[in-house]
Amino acid sequence: MEYSTDLLNALVLVSNYVLIPALSYGSQLALGAVGVTLVFGILRFANFAHGEMMSFGCMVAIFTTWWFQSMGISSGIFPTAILALPFAILITGLLAVAIDRSVFSFYRKRRSRPVTFVVASVGVMFMLNGLVRILIGTDEIIFRDGQKFLIKAGAFKKMTGLSEGLALKQTQVLTFVLAVISVLVLFWFLRRTRTGKAMRAFSDNEDLSLLSGINPERVVLVTWIIAASLATLAGVLYGLDKSFKPMVFFHMLLPIFAAAIVGGIGQPLGAILGGYVVAFSEITATYAFKKFIKYLAPGDFVPDGLVQFLTTEYKFAVSFLILVLVLLVRPTGILRGKVL
Amino acid sequence: MALLLMIVGFGQSWNVALAIFNLCLISAVMSMGLNMQWGYAGLFNAGVMASTAIGGLTAILVSYEPVAKAWSAGGSSLTVALVFLLLTIIAGVLVWKKIPKGGKRSWSMTAVVLIGYLFMRFFFDQATSAIEAVEPAKTGFLGGLGLPIIFSWLAGGLAAAGLAWLIGRISLGLRSDYFAIATLGISEIMISILKNEDWLSRGVKNVTGLKRPVPYEVDLQQSEWFIKLVSWFYGTAEDGSAVSADVLREAMQLSAGVFVKLCYSALFLAVVLIILGLATRALNSPWGRMMRAIRDNETAASAMGKDVTSRHRQVFVIGSAVIGISGAMLTTLHGQFTPGSYIPLRFTFLIWVMVIIGGSGNNLGSIIGAFITWFVWIEAEPTSLWLVGHINELLAETNPLRHHLMEVAPHMRMILMGLILVMVLRFSPKGILPEEAPEHY
Amino acid sequence: MSYLIGEQLSGGYGGGADIIRDCTISVDKGQIAVVVGPNGAGKSTAMKALLGMINLREGRVLLDGQDISSMSPQQRVAEGMAFVPQNQNVFVTMTVEENLEMGAFLRRDDITETMEQVFDLFPVLKTKRSQIAGELSGGQRQQVAVGRALMTKPTVLMLDEPTAGVSPIVMDELFDRIIEIKRIGIAILMVEQNARQALNIADRGFVLVTGENRFTDTGEALLANEEVRKSFLGG
Repeated sequence: MEYSTDLLNALVLVSNYVLIPALSYGSQLALGAVGVTLVFGILRFANFAHGEMMSFGCMVAIFTTWWFQSMGISSGIFPTAILALPFAILITGLLAVAIDRSVFSFYRKRRSRPVTFVVASVGVMFMLNGLVRILIGTDEIIFRDGQKFLIKAGAFKKMTGLSEGLALKQTQVLTFVLAVISVLVLFWFLRRTRTGKAMRAFSDNEDLSLLSGINPERVVLVTWIIAASLATLAGVLYGLDKSFKPMVFFHMLLPIFAAAIVGGIGQPLGAILGGYVVAFSEITATYAFKKFIKYLAPGDFVPDGLVQFLTTEYKFAVSFLILVLVLLVRPTGILRGKVL
Repeated sequence: MALLLMIVGFGQSWNVALAIFNLCLISAVMSMGLNMQWGYAGLFNAGVMASTAIGGLTAILVSYEPVAKAWSAGGSSLTVALVFLLLTIIAGVLVWKKIPKGGKRSWSMTAVVLIGYLFMRFFFDQATSAIEAVEPAKTGFLGGLGLPIIFSWLAGGLAAAGLAWLIGRISLGLRSDYFAIATLGISEIMISILKNEDWLSRGVKNVTGLKRPVPYEVDLQQSEWFIKLVSWFYGTAEDGSAVSADVLREAMQLSAGVFVKLCYSALFLAVVLIILGLATRALNSPWGRMMRAIRDNETAASAMGKDVTSRHRQVFVIGSAVIGISGAMLTTLHGQFTPGSYIPLRFTFLIWVMVIIGGSGNNLGSIIGAFITWFVWIEAEPTSLWLVGHINELLAETNPLRHHLMEVAPHMRMILMGLILVMVLRFSPKGILPEEAPEHY
Repeated sequence: MSYLIGEQLSGGYGGGADIIRDCTISVDKGQIAVVVGPNGAGKSTAMKALLGMINLREGRVLLDGQDISSMSPQQRVAEGMAFVPQNQNVFVTMTVEENLEMGAFLRRDDITETMEQVFDLFPVLKTKRSQIAGELSGGQRQQVAVGRALMTKPTVLMLDEPTAGVSPIVMDELFDRIIEIKRIGIAILMVEQNARQALNIADRGFVLVTGENRFTDTGEALLANEEVRKSFLGG
């Protein structure tokens, strides 16, 4: 076979198994990490309940989807869950504000230590986790509808004549596009609007922002709403891409925290970078490069093993290793976040 | 608390009550360990589970009979892999020390690690596949040392201490939130290792049939003295006549279960008392006072010349060792090791609830917190099922909600736990037994 | 009756001991009042008392004849009191222009005119308006800090050691600007380490020792006072 075809095959292979999945997974992580980093920047604690907030948001979206489906409403080739998003965001936002009012605001007024907030967020995590389990049960739920693939592996092979197929799921594209849009909106909000600037000022220097007349409660309120919206979006996109299981979001907490810290905590842009760094590392480190090397290596050389750095079960280890490396080498993260 | 257990004893059964009591004792050890870290020193350890799990692993490594076939199949390759691991570490340290900081060092370091890893991985893969191929349905792992399981309690503590020392090297000295996240990560990794390294722990195939430190029910029912004991206890009915053999046999089975559990209780209680004694002494020693001083004002303590990070490491290691002991105890009690059962909500955050409810910084409080929390955690399920049962009576037979409610009722306890944690934190942050004010001197 | 008066103030931080005792400080519109004294005399504390940032046990604060003692610092800012803290007095991650905008956060009207006034006062800020404040030099940062405070169109400007850590040239320059601000008709209250230079431009001076008023007079008179010179101005 010609070498150039091999090269193309190798490229398609990597795109199919590494590039595309990492882009969509990275977008989901990034959305989650931005929420965590915003809460950290404004309220100055690591919110352990963030994963459960994603879970809750996704659950609301599933219920709304079922409701729409039962009424025969759908959005054509797009998943019905996209229509459900606004409702899910609204309800999750309300929930986040309610939690803040009933739990966190108390400690804020007393100026408690950050670790008290963290413990409180663990309590919230428990409650949300239980609530989600009670409302929707513990089974795996697939709520994707509409068109599944934009490009099917077989069709791609036929079209290009390559031996490797490229499959592009609609949810992957949707994830990426929605993530980009929401991030752009968020940055416009933070850079250009009065409230957005007030949030940045508050995160930068709390005392001075108070002296400038910025209302801290309002800033906190807006922060929760944004964090909840992003969490819902991330949760729904993840659930569409894979499936919904109540426990899955707890396990996403670690990569999300890793992404936020890697990017520089308190830095939304850093959190996005961090999301992709973590996703790419995770998928690259657990991908078996056997076939890839077979295509690229001259002659008929085929590697013995799978050429896989880590088995997929050790995904967590990757985000954790990145986290540890960053903490050791550059504790402030890629973009200088808060020096802690 | 004793009253509550009595109620369960009469209401459900004595076996259930004692089972709860034993787990309460184990939980008490866990919460005392965490209390040292959180209550004494203010460390937010979100990886309690890592210590429990490594303690559990130690239990099988100490007590299981060595699998000779597996050793002969994969032992040599495993040794080679280990040698390569050591060589890589030595080479890495040498590179780090000899080559000055800069690009050259980073590259050599990467090269050393990568090459070492590849070599190690090669032999390691050989070893593991050979080991796991040995009678996979029965063993397929290396087994352990074949020692009495009770030794593993100590060994589990030591293993957890070692792990904690490593974790502490990496993540102590960071801000509390980072420390929490790092420990959370390590516990997740620990569980993945246990689930997937079949050669070590049989992974999700579980290790069952661990030897017990106490007699078996079956043996008891055949041993002379036990039969006599039970006959003496139950042998005569209220009117003084002898009871039938059937009744006696039933009583025998019941008592055997109770007796075994009581043996465990005695062992566990001894551990709890020893640790409580040591922990209280430590808390009131100059070391304990210094710990609290550091917790209350890190800046001031470090300005006074206290090495905050190394003190933190100390207390983190000791606390983890205590939790490790409890992990080994838990595996001993269950007689089996099931990596799949380790979930952070149960093994990390529930312990947190115990410590905070009981009163951070107070050892006795931690024990009480452990008892209450475990009791609620266990009894919340039958209680909510009972509640749901009553609600369901109001619903129509065909109502789909009925089924759903029955299914999800057990999860009520999650909400309950969260609620308790948040409530205690807010309205009674000092817990049931507040920390005693340090004596002035 | 002066525009801003802190009358017989006593208080400290939290439940701690009193740091200032029976201390009275006042300033009028179009005047510069300077608080000087040795280290630990409670100068900054006295200023923070006027702003409501410490627990006042006794005394009251009057602004334009109105008792504002029970107002929160934010409310006092809204009433026209602007404060420039000694440290961390700019938003380091935001641009110069955004810093000024944040200063005017409470205002709903057009702020471009005020911003132009600030730029007239500190021309260098205009050229650096889109630069991140954290990247500026110490003197320029102080200008941003003062500019931010002026954006509220305050009637009282309070400065906590504005010249701490800047070179003598920058200090002179900054004092010139402060005199210009005074001419707009703003009351300026300033805590200063560099007592001699500060009293030079002061209309009114307060010498605090261990939280109590020791001398109160015009700047000129204090400079001429033998005892003040000997004890606090180094001869």
